[in-house]
Amino acid sequence: MNELTESFDIVSVGSALTNAAPPATPKNVPHRGGDVNPSADALKQQFGDAILRASVGWGETTVFVVRERAGEIIRWLHDDPSQQYDYLADVTAVEYRETEVPIEVVWHLRSLPYRRFLRIKTELPKDAPLEVDSVWGIYRSADWLERECYDMFGIKFIGHPDLRRLLMWEQYKEGYPLRKDFPLRGRFSRSEQLRQALAANPESRYSMEELTVAEAFSEIPEDMRRRLASGERTGE
Amino acid sequence: MATKTRTIEVELSTSGLDRSGKPQRVPLVTNDGGTAIAFEEPLALEPALDGEHMLINLGPQHPATHGVLRLVLELDGETVVRCIPHIGYLHCGFEKTGEYRQYNQIIPWTDREDYLNAPGNNVAMALGAERLFGIEITERCKVLRVIACELSRIMSHLVWLGTTSIDIGAYTPFLWSFHQRELIYQLLEAWTGARLTTSLTRVGGLMADIPDGWTDNARSFLGGFNKVLDDVEKLLTNNGIWVGRTVGLGVMSPEEAINWGLSGSMVRASGVSYDVRKDFPYLDYETYDFEVPVGVNGDVYDRYLVRVEEMRQSVRIVQQALDRLPDGPINVDDARVILPSKTKATSGMESMIHHFKQVMEGPRPPVGEAYVAVESPRGEKGYYMVSDGTAKPVRWRIRPPSFINLSAIPKMVEGHLLSDVIAINASIDVVLGEIDR
Repeated sequence: MNELTESFDIVSVGSALTNAAPPATPKNVPHRGGDVNPSADALKQQFGDAILRASVGWGETTVFVVRERAGEIIRWLHDDPSQQYDYLADVTAVEYRETEVPIEVVWHLRSLPYRRFLRIKTELPKDAPLEVDSVWGIYRSADWLERECYDMFGIKFIGHPDLRRLLMWEQYKEGYPLRKDFPLRGRFSRSEQLRQALAANPESRYSMEELTVAEAFSEIPEDMRRRLASGERTGE
Repeated sequence: MATKTRTIEVELSTSGLDRSGKPQRVPLVTNDGGTAIAFEEPLALEPALDGEHMLINLGPQHPATHGVLRLVLELDGETVVRCIPHIGYLHCGFEKTGEYRQYNQIIPWTDREDYLNAPGNNVAMALGAERLFGIEITERCKVLRVIACELSRIMSHLVWLGTTSIDIGAYTPFLWSFHQRELIYQLLEAWTGARLTTSLTRVGGLMADIPDGWTDNARSFLGGFNKVLDDVEKLLTNNGIWVGRTVGLGVMSPEEAINWGLSGSMVRASGVSYDVRKDFPYLDYETYDFEVPVGVNGDVYDRYLVRVEEMRQSVRIVQQALDRLPDGPINVDDARVILPSKTKATSGMESMIHHFKQVMEGPRPPVGEAYVAVESPRGEKGYYMVSDGTAKPVRWRIRPPSFINLSAIPKMVEGHLLSDVIAINASIDVVLGEIDR
């Protein structure tokens, strides 16, 4: 009989963050109202012209940054001890109904030690390739969020190690579903969608990476093996 | 600050014979400076088959994946070497559809994405739309919404408790917790007329006030609930099998948990006390007296403890809300979003036109955007909506907590046994309707 003790603590909020700097004023940070997040000013001082504009609405601060420096700015927000935006809540994009308005990429950041919420936006003009820096190296939570954004909008996140489709399958050919030029019912007719689904190759449901596992490789059909050996990627 | 210390007594298990033929004793948990490490050496009854890796599919049609999740696992013997999750089997384009619906019409969709937390999602959606409109809801509405959110948290955690205990091999907690869940369903049915898809809220208020005598029924439910939780804990918390199958699995350190974006019970089990209700309060949660349970080791067992304790705290919140429930209207007095009463709409021409335009064209918020996060049973549930001044949002984005929690599953399962994948996956509390949307 061995006895071991597990302690299970209930702590009040804000005191369980390990090795973090003490929260600024954990109980007195205003939650409501239209106060501007002080990080907006700090960003302006640090990066100058790279910060295009900032706005406050319903208590949420939005900072527009230039596309080329977005990754650098978010890294600074994560690393700087006066900011500590350690939590990436969301990565997504917005396309407006007016076709000439650029697509916006949106990062929702939270600073758990300081209890701040900040929205970073950057604009991607539609006449240029839709590309922006990945924040995968800073926040691992960006992994699926960026893949989903790529899947739904076709925005390429430079530096993401595995930018594949996530919700749609890799052979999906109808485009990017959340773009405004994508009709609600899809591009293809129902019969065409059904025909493609029935004609799909079962092994195409595996990614290239999975098919390189030794035993799986030897069991797949000969032609598939040849294609894989020649470096062909599944899907795409 | 209340502190509880629990002691778990575990017997060392005898797992088999080692190579020399003696009984092998494997410590279930090694306490190394406060960190739990389990199964330091896998059961080595046979020499490892080097290089003979096997690829198997877990799911998509497998009851233990809690939906249509497919995990492609590369196994070395029984140990998971690599895990590649595939999702999207339940993708139905909620976000796209939302761009073609008015704000009130989106509320039924929120029932269906995270179907275990329908009232909580309704509240989150209404809060987001109200922030866009600039509406402050009435006091009674706020308290009723808190009651709905907390009841749905209890309900969702009960489903988690029942299904997870079945996955790990205990059947009785499933029956007991589903019985309690049924009692909450009866409460919700009396209130909204629906059990699963409640569509409880409207922009600016609620679809209905609670019926007469409802608070008494709610109190009688709460009175018996803690007893059932105690019984379930008696079955599980110190149970050697339960402890052996959960302790030390899927460990996430606090830094990792934050960096991987975990939220809800997942991040709290890792020792980070991030709770949207406390850190970024909504619905006056800062005025309720409740505590946030925080785990120590960040493993499956701690997630279980945290969730059980969260149910107790939710009971406290509901009791306080019932005590303070004020009288008054449930809807704001704002003709932009609230329909005129039925008698007025059928008797007065202006009210009828108002009703018609409200239903056919829909209320229009000003240009703007709002990100509203609530603490769903799975974590930070966010609705981000962008308005361009028309009755339908330009973008309606769901920030699904279990989607991001699930993205960490390769990190959590790699190096563990195949049977532990089930326990770890269950501990994430996935709802595939929310993950695939």
